[in-house]
Amino acid sequence: MKRVWMKGALNGVYALSVSMAILCAPQTALAQATAASSGLATGREAPLMAEDPKLEARLVDISQELRCLVCQNESLASSHAELADDLRREVRELIRSGKSDQEIKDFLVARYGDFVLYRPEVKPLTWVLWFGPFVLLVIAAVGLGMYLRQRRALAAPAALSDEARERAKQLLKG
Amino acid sequence: MKKVLIPLVLFIGLVVFLAVGLKRDPREIPSPLIGKPAPHFTLFTLEGGDAKFSPSDMQGQVWMLNVWATWCVACREEHPVLVAFAEKNQVPIVGLSYKEIQPQDPAYKAPFDEKLKLARERSEVWLKRHGNPYVTSVMDMDGRVGINYGVYGVPETYVIDKAGVIRYKFVGAVSPALLAEKILPLISELNKS
Repeated sequence: MKRVWMKGALNGVYALSVSMAILCAPQTALAQATAASSGLATGREAPLMAEDPKLEARLVDISQELRCLVCQNESLASSHAELADDLRREVRELIRSGKSDQEIKDFLVARYGDFVLYRPEVKPLTWVLWFGPFVLLVIAAVGLGMYLRQRRALAAPAALSDEARERAKQLLKG
Repeated sequence: MKKVLIPLVLFIGLVVFLAVGLKRDPREIPSPLIGKPAPHFTLFTLEGGDAKFSPSDMQGQVWMLNVWATWCVACREEHPVLVAFAEKNQVPIVGLSYKEIQPQDPAYKAPFDEKLKLARERSEVWLKRHGNPYVTSVMDMDGRVGINYGVYGVPETYVIDKAGVIRYKFVGAVSPALLAEKILPLISELNKS
C-alpha cells in the first residue's frame, strides 16, 4: 500500500514538475510555438514600461523582495512565469489604488504565506532563521577560546628543576 | 575516546540535518489559508448562460474545490481518479477552470464574451472525453480567483467544511491513496461535526 502511494506520489511529482516546467518556460518561446502552429504572427506585446515610470519603478522595488512561487529561485521582478505576470498585474493595481508597500506584501503573504518574502518578518517562528547563524558564531567563538586556553595550558613550559638544569649544563659542556 | 566521539556525533548530526533537508519537497508550501474562510467569488459556470456560482451556495455541506484546465498536463493524470471518486457520491466536487485561455493563445485578446464561449467549448469537449467529476465548474478566466486561493500550480485541491472554512489543500495530482488515507477520513470527520 505504502509502495503504491509512493509510486503515485512520484508520478504526481513528475507530472507536476513537467507542468511547472511548462509554466516556467519563457513566454516568448511558447508564444512563438503557438504562433507557428496557428500560422499567425502574434508575438506577445511588450508591456508599456514608459506608461507610468514611477509606478513601474515601485513595482520593481516591491517585486524584487518577493519570490515567484513557480520558479522559486527567481524574484517576482525577474520571473517569466505566467503566475508572476499575473501577480505583477495584481501588484500594479494595488499600487494604483494607493496601497502602501507593507499592505501589498501583506496581500501576498495572506495568500501564499511567508514563503513569498525574500526577507521574512522577524517573529518567533523565524528566530532560528534570523539569529541562528549568530548563535552558531558565538558558540564557535566560545569553543575556539576554550580550545586555545586549554592548548596554552598544555604548552606552558614546565619549570626546570635545579637538578635538571645542572644535568643540562653538564651535557652542554660535553 | 572523546576525541573520536565528539566529531562523530557532530558529523552524524550534520548528516541527519542535511538528509532531512534533501527529503523535503520545496514545492510543498504551507498554505496560510488553512483554517481561514474560503475567499468569496462569483463566477460564470461552465454550463453556460448567465448562471453564476459562489462558495456560499455550498454553505452547510462539506465540498471539494479542484483547480483544473484542459492545458494542464498533470490534470490528465489526476482526472480518472477524480471521476472514479465522484461516482461514489461521497462529496460534491466543484471545478475551478483556471485560465483556460492562456496569454500565448491567439484568442487571448478577444473580447471577454468570446473568450468565455471558447473556454466553455474547450472545457466541455475535454470533460466529455475524460469524464466529468464536477457538480459544476466555474470559469476563472483571468486567474484572479486563483490568486485569492493561493493557486501556484494546477491541479490543486481544497477541502472546505460546512461553515465555508478551508480545511485542507493539496498541490499536484490527487492519487487514490491520498484520497483514501487523507481526504476521505477528513471529510467524514467534517461531516460529523
